[in-house]
Amino acid sequence: MSRMDDRPMDIVTTQPVQRHRVTYPRFLARALAAATDGSLAFYAWMTGLTAVFLVGVNAWAHQVTSGMIHTNMTDHVSWGLYIANFTFLVGVAAGGVMMVIPAYLYKDKKMQDVVILGEILAIAAILACLAFVTVDLGRPGRVWHMFPGVGRFHFPMSMLTWDVVVLSGYLLLNLHVVGYLLYTRFLGRQPNPRWYKPFVLVSIVWAISIHTVTAFLYCGLGGRPFWNSALLAPRFLASAFVAGPAFLIVTMLVLRRFGRVDLPQRPIDVLVRIVRVAILVNLLMVASELFTEFYTGGAHTAAARYLFFGHEGATALVPWIWTALACALVAAFLFLRPGASARSGTLAVACVLAFVGAWIEKGMGLIVPGFVPSTLHEIVEYTPSHLEWRVSAGIVAFGLLVYSAALKVALPIFRGTLRLPGAETAAPEEGS
Amino acid sequence: MSDDQAVEPAPGLSRRRVMKALGATLGAAAFGAAAAPLLDQEAPDAAALFQRHYKELSRDEKAEVIQRLEDEAREAYGRNVSIADPKPRWRTKFAYAINLSLCNGNGKCVEACHRENNHDRETNQSYIRVLEMPKGTMDMEQGNTTYTHAVPAEGKFYLPVQCQQCDEPPCVNVCPVEATWKERDGIVVVDYDWCIGCRYCMAACPYHARRFNWKAPVVPADELNPEQGYLSNRVRPQGVVEKCHFCLHRTREGRLPACLEACPTGARVFGNILDPQSPIRRVLEDKRVYVLKEELGTKPSFFYFFDA
Repeated sequence: MSRMDDRPMDIVTTQPVQRHRVTYPRFLARALAAATDGSLAFYAWMTGLTAVFLVGVNAWAHQVTSGMIHTNMTDHVSWGLYIANFTFLVGVAAGGVMMVIPAYLYKDKKMQDVVILGEILAIAAILACLAFVTVDLGRPGRVWHMFPGVGRFHFPMSMLTWDVVVLSGYLLLNLHVVGYLLYTRFLGRQPNPRWYKPFVLVSIVWAISIHTVTAFLYCGLGGRPFWNSALLAPRFLASAFVAGPAFLIVTMLVLRRFGRVDLPQRPIDVLVRIVRVAILVNLLMVASELFTEFYTGGAHTAAARYLFFGHEGATALVPWIWTALACALVAAFLFLRPGASARSGTLAVACVLAFVGAWIEKGMGLIVPGFVPSTLHEIVEYTPSHLEWRVSAGIVAFGLLVYSAALKVALPIFRGTLRLPGAETAAPEEGS
Repeated sequence: MSDDQAVEPAPGLSRRRVMKALGATLGAAAFGAAAAPLLDQEAPDAAALFQRHYKELSRDEKAEVIQRLEDEAREAYGRNVSIADPKPRWRTKFAYAINLSLCNGNGKCVEACHRENNHDRETNQSYIRVLEMPKGTMDMEQGNTTYTHAVPAEGKFYLPVQCQQCDEPPCVNVCPVEATWKERDGIVVVDYDWCIGCRYCMAACPYHARRFNWKAPVVPADELNPEQGYLSNRVRPQGVVEKCHFCLHRTREGRLPACLEACPTGARVFGNILDPQSPIRRVLEDKRVYVLKEELGTKPSFFYFFDA
């Protein structure tokens, strides 16, 4: 967890500054203890994730040694499952902000109690994103070529360098906010708004920027008509605000049901309202893209034809995209029914469908058709190889490990049960 | 996840602590085992690991790097290779043109590129693709690159495509580490020792001009072209991007590209457009030429024309 920025600035309290040298290591030790301690079910969950993660590590080690020939990517489809997952997870990370906005901009007290979930999700998702980009590199040992100072950072020309800046900035912002809030609460103090409010406000704008810049990676390429659309960035944001909140709702339902954690209902209601709007906006934008593609016709629509109906006998993506559309439509219907947030079973189904729909639409359904047909209009299809699935599963497991361990630490601290011994009891707070 | 237990661990060795330590040890061991294949690689020497960007190498450093590469090649192939680093020539801007009335799709240029540039044999790699197009259209969607019948086929014409050496190259703009750039004579090159293999340039190129080394290229020792250029046809490392470089190891020495020499139809015209006497200059002045995907604003240095 974060160990940043928290140490020297002790305006909050009258206690001497040196105390942090004692209390911060104790905070870390307690956090480590809490993260590795739990019920049998918790151990089983973490062990399972670790196993999947290690399978991924092993697959990646093979990929680095023998080259990326064991992926199914080719010179024609030169990005695949890794970049698809990267793109989608940037959206999940940005989606966490949908808890931050109600909590801090609308001062929703109930949301403030659980907002840390959104910020932790952002951290875990960004770490997974960075892992997905790293495994996609042909020469991961050369990443230092990108570091300003020692390497040659092609800023501001290359959108990829912008993406590096915004993603790492978002990671740092969230690490700081989460680390600061947890540490002060661990000490039993009221956090000083001066040390986190400005960062939270910046992180709201920043969340929009990470997904906008990620869309600009693709939509700025004139040679790829399928991506070269001004609607791409808004579409990315809309689907991010479906996928992120859907994931958070499921997290809260699971924590309540299986973790016996007492969580208020109101944050779930708020997130459901957000998804209701976002899922419709996303469907509207998909529809207007499709209208433009298919009504116009001509050579530039070959990729959309390939995606939805197949092209010259090549149909690998057709089942994917119709699955995505079906998921999105059913999820929209379930979300829009009155009282959608009351029945948690149906709500969980709606969230999973919305999440899967967005994953396909923005992953395989977006990245691959950018390459099919190729720029010389050759049709070379792509389906991920076994190795790519293993590496990807490993990274997702890694993200979930981070997410679970961080929640394991954050929840008791926020509920006042994990405190520095001797600290005053829970900081004054209403609710829960 | 109930989170309230064992917040205050008992001092000394509780059973839970022993189990945790055991779990952590097992986990670390399993991680080591999972990552073990990484150790199978030959460890590159420090000089290669920390080698600077091409443009930052001093004359002496470059000589050392080239010496090391030549030694490695000798070890790998049992043959002497020479790796030159010719500089762009003064007042030179290279351009290429293809007479589509003459080209008959025989594919000799594709093969010549394959041999000249030490491409991987197994994947039959080349920087040139030839589209067989039905007469009456310029729409590449109608084209076909995988024809195997006798050429020229009735009702078809042939469109060879390789790197267009754009004056506004999208591939150069997108590279996050400046591993690819446009030289003074118009050739877009790649520093194979600096490229990180992100393949953003491949996504950006509208002409399918870039290739990736999905594995280390394999060339039989007796077929290796030992006349090599640092920024051109030396055997590429695994995991980096490469592209057509107008055979700069030849053309900067005043020779012609391998694809042109191999062409039996005389369809290919190459030269320095700053030289008023050059054949390419005559083509540009006398013929009605066109470029591929002009609407993208890439400003290719590669032209096409019909003669008949």
